[in-house]
Amino acid sequence: MNTETASSPLLEVRGLQKFFPITRGFLQRTVGHVRAVDGVNFTVNEGETLGLVGESGCGKTTASRCILRAIDPTGGSILYRTRSGKVVDLATLSQADLLPLRAEIQMIFQDPFGSLNPRMTLLDNVGEPLLVNGMKNRRERADRVAELLRLVGLRPEFMHRFPHAFSGGQRQRIGIARALATNPRLVVADEPVSALDVSIQAQVLNLLLELQARLKLTFLFVAHDLSVVRHISDRIAVMYVGQLVELAPTDAIFRQPQHPYTAALMRAVPAADPRVKSGDGVLGGEVPSPAAPPSGCYFHPRCRHAQARCKVEATALREVAPGHFSRCHFAGEMVF
Amino acid sequence: MNAIEPLLSVRDLRVSFALDEGLVRAVDGTSFDVMPGQVLGVVGESGCGKSVTMRAILQLIDRPGRITNGEIRFRRDDGVVDLARLEPRSAAMRDIRGAEIALIPQEPMAAFSPVHTVGDQIVEAILLHSHRWQPGKRMGRSEARDITVGLFRDVGISMPEQRIDAYSWQLSGGLRQRAMIAMALSCKPRLLIADEPTTAIDVTTQAQVLALLRDLQERYNTAIIFITHDLGVIAQMASYVVVMYLGRVMEEGPVDDIFHAPKHPYTKALLRSIPSLYGQTRVALPVISGALPHPFNRPPGCPFHPRCPDAMPRCSDAVPKLMPVPPNQFASCFLHHEEVDPA
Repeated sequence: MNTETASSPLLEVRGLQKFFPITRGFLQRTVGHVRAVDGVNFTVNEGETLGLVGESGCGKTTASRCILRAIDPTGGSILYRTRSGKVVDLATLSQADLLPLRAEIQMIFQDPFGSLNPRMTLLDNVGEPLLVNGMKNRRERADRVAELLRLVGLRPEFMHRFPHAFSGGQRQRIGIARALATNPRLVVADEPVSALDVSIQAQVLNLLLELQARLKLTFLFVAHDLSVVRHISDRIAVMYVGQLVELAPTDAIFRQPQHPYTAALMRAVPAADPRVKSGDGVLGGEVPSPAAPPSGCYFHPRCRHAQARCKVEATALREVAPGHFSRCHFAGEMVF
Repeated sequence: MNAIEPLLSVRDLRVSFALDEGLVRAVDGTSFDVMPGQVLGVVGESGCGKSVTMRAILQLIDRPGRITNGEIRFRRDDGVVDLARLEPRSAAMRDIRGAEIALIPQEPMAAFSPVHTVGDQIVEAILLHSHRWQPGKRMGRSEARDITVGLFRDVGISMPEQRIDAYSWQLSGGLRQRAMIAMALSCKPRLLIADEPTTAIDVTTQAQVLALLRDLQERYNTAIIFITHDLGVIAQMASYVVVMYLGRVMEEGPVDDIFHAPKHPYTKALLRSIPSLYGQTRVALPVISGALPHPFNRPPGCPFHPRCPDAMPRCSDAVPKLMPVPPNQFASCFLHHEEVDPA
């Protein structure tokens, strides 16, 4: 996919695959594979937010974990432009070569309760990435932690307290401070607000937008909530059963989705207005298993526009309008 | 409220938990009515007492929790009973719980036993309350099984004869929630309490479950209390809405008034703070400042006043009462009236 304009991408994912073996029996023979991520292509430009959406099991979290090399991808390449301007393939780097890059790519987790060590004070929780990256002086670390806490809207005096003293929203701020400790360039946020209360979500979304503008961060924002993703993303990638089905600028995808799955996803969101009746044309059936996906287009058994061709002919992501990619045979010809 | 008698009427309900660290007043003077056949939406954030209120209605409050005050009047064929006065393990309560008032829990995975088939669990419920189907006559297992198959068909489970012999962990999230709904309907309840029934499932499955509940409600005219934190779900499902915060009702009214003419500052702020599918993107959202207070640190006076943009000095001194606010709502806020809640 050679989509981008003059600005060269910070991250370019090409043909990313991650298969998990299904084993059976005493000898643990491999009898099949769960194709959790199956040939995903996208780019993330510097300073933008790419939203990655899809329902549970679509592979969005697996894809983001591959980029972080928390797990090793089965195939494909993950080209990353380092701070020094060199392009490296994260998919094949050795752990030793990866280590200096870990500081540049950080993660914000979903669960603000599980992701902080309850036995460490904020100073140690937030300061740990600094320690790992060679900041041995405790006073220096404390200064940096104070700065980070201020950055995310917490009082620096809090650094000697433990995580249990904080609410969910505050803990998520602590998690964000920790992710920012090493001055990252790319931040992967996996469902960063879905565990938060409604009145707290907006605070954290605002914080992420503000930090992005201030620190020139690039976000890969993984989430299932379309209204949240729409609010924060410049471009949106939609995944279904391990594949990307649509990728487009936020405005374009919401104005005119070019894949029937995206359209169905949007229609399924209940509108927070009793005068707007939503939930019509409910999508029937269920998400197929990535271990045994359907033939042809993976979406055809649930698609109301499906034709004979969809059952047999596999689909590929293609550009239907400038910067707007769809995996549907009929994209551009039909209104979904 | 008017000529029609409410099916359920909760008045000044208080539930507290005496913990080692102190007394947590989870529900602190909640009042609302449910009319027959009505879908009542209860919205609120975590800790607002919405789930505890529902557990109180079913007399399922575990120790050290206790209903300390209030009435839960439930209208039955033979008159009105106060559920708050019934013993949790009494025959009368057991007769109501699961039969006349049924619950759809949030996590169907945790609600079904993994070692019995879903069919057996529903058959058990039907046999226990068989008089709801055949008054004055014993029911056999095969009859109950036939009813279960019919219920599975009603909630849109394909191949019901096979599916009732499945274990809950063999079903997908959507099917499991459908089976749970079938179980809740198994004794023809008058009142269905749905406690965040779609929070744990995906958005396209959620749309299916919501459509199913809407359809069943129209067919059987069951009253439903629908609890959720999702304002979108409330807007699409409820006809009347109760907004709760820290164990108290902040505002209640018809769904259109709540969404288009909210009276309470909390309702207004909540509605503004959610990103919509139509608004401007990548701009700062209006927020509710501060955090939800810790349950041991309830603010004095109106529970919302520390976060309220319109707070006045008296808001920290006295608790405002839930009073009618024209045209159609009730609100507990001194912006709209002067009435103080004495307790």
